[in-house]
Amino acid sequence: MNNLSVSVGHSSGPVPSKALPEAAPKVTARGLNFYYGEHHALKNINLTLGTNRVTAFIGPSGCGKSTLLRIFNRMYDLYPGQRAEGQLMLDSTNILDPRLDLNLLRARVGMVFQKPTPFPMTIYENIAFGIRLYEKISKSEMDGRVEKALRGGALWNEVKDKLNASGLSLSGGQQQRLCIARTVAVRPEVILFDEPCSALDPISTAKIEELIQELAENYTIAIVTHNMQQAARVSDKTAFMYLGELIEFDDTDRIFTSPSDRRTQDYITGRFG
Amino acid sequence: MASEHTAKAFDSDLQELTRLVAEMGGLAERMIVDSIDALIRRDIALGQRVVAADAEIDNLQRTIEERAVLTIARRQPMAIDLREIVGAMRVATDLERMGDLAKNMGKRVSALESDFHPLKLIRGLEHMTDLVQSQVKSVLDAYAAHDLPSAMAVWKGDEEVDAICTSLFRELLTYMMEDPRNISFCIHLMFCAKNIERIGDHATNIAETVFYMIEGQPMMDKRPKGDMTTFATTVPGN
Repeated sequence: MNNLSVSVGHSSGPVPSKALPEAAPKVTARGLNFYYGEHHALKNINLTLGTNRVTAFIGPSGCGKSTLLRIFNRMYDLYPGQRAEGQLMLDSTNILDPRLDLNLLRARVGMVFQKPTPFPMTIYENIAFGIRLYEKISKSEMDGRVEKALRGGALWNEVKDKLNASGLSLSGGQQQRLCIARTVAVRPEVILFDEPCSALDPISTAKIEELIQELAENYTIAIVTHNMQQAARVSDKTAFMYLGELIEFDDTDRIFTSPSDRRTQDYITGRFG
Repeated sequence: MASEHTAKAFDSDLQELTRLVAEMGGLAERMIVDSIDALIRRDIALGQRVVAADAEIDNLQRTIEERAVLTIARRQPMAIDLREIVGAMRVATDLERMGDLAKNMGKRVSALESDFHPLKLIRGLEHMTDLVQSQVKSVLDAYAAHDLPSAMAVWKGDEEVDAICTSLFRELLTYMMEDPRNISFCIHLMFCAKNIERIGDHATNIAETVFYMIEGQPMMDKRPKGDMTTFATTVPGN
């Protein structure tokens, strides 16, 4: 086809997508490695979470995506024998610095888990509890913060008349939004979502997804999901991980329509294993 | 295509789509050949058969669209699979338009009652049809085989079709000026030439779809346009 003067491949430049301009880096990993004892679980990860962007992590079970998320707020410190090497920066703070105040780090980097984990206390206290750990504020101020957090979690209208009811009395979807509100309440900079919708029905899932996009106006978000359509819907960037390696990291629009790596394509089109 | 899906039924859905497009392509090719054949031999019955075949091609297009929509709903296809399905829908639309254009030529057969039958014109039309027909065949083969170089050759080859169309237009204009009794016949033939040229354009559309399916992005280049019929004029002599 040498005689054809037709541009094939990327010579015409990629199609201009709706992708947002590159954001300032919020979290930057350089040469990040992670070990569960002898097991080398993450291998030389290099990537950046853009400020106020949603970054999705996809990949088959055991690929290391949740492990990576757990490094972002040093959750792994709770377990002996687990260690991270390399560089991981939150703005100018070295997340891996052993002298780092972990409570402060986790206030800056909040996390929402797969299963809703409300505390066995009232809805109000679920929110106020976290705030009290970091700040001393008056009752009226606290009321304002609780309302703001519940609004931030898109839950206020449903619970404003029963703030003293137990957090456990809420439905699964509401409990998950309560957990998001609790995370938002301490005004973090980054929010990590580890499979936040896997235990929820489609309506609750849609609400959480909408919430994630709203939250991205003020927070930097990382989400681990097994639901490819969810990653395609909510995120700006997508990282595909496999066997502890970051295989491809690109604009979400590109990953789901025309990925560069064969393994990414095989995974997202359901041709894996 | 890549290796098999974990869900085998997805593979058969995609294969069925490709098969339906191939069936539709075969039908469109036959309609094109038959319509010109009918025109040249003034075979009114054959012309009518071409008109009737259009319903079949329309049906196939509907079936392809339904299957494609169902597959999207069921499987939420991504990447190459998504492009494959979008590609099938696009190709089906182009083939359906080809069918319409052939049908239009089939209809005109009964209107060509004149005795005027210049061989040179007919040869030109035949030649153009042969070219377009081979373009259609090649591009459908390229689609089925995911053969990008062949698709691009079709894309480039359309220029020649355009050039013949332009020269036919000029010729027809001179015949019409020579004798106004030729006008009716020539106008019909002119529409037929334009229809064939349009069929060639649809073949290039399919080539662009093949490019999109394989490369994952639309073709940005402008196709070289050889169709100058827009500017074809003849000044009457004194």
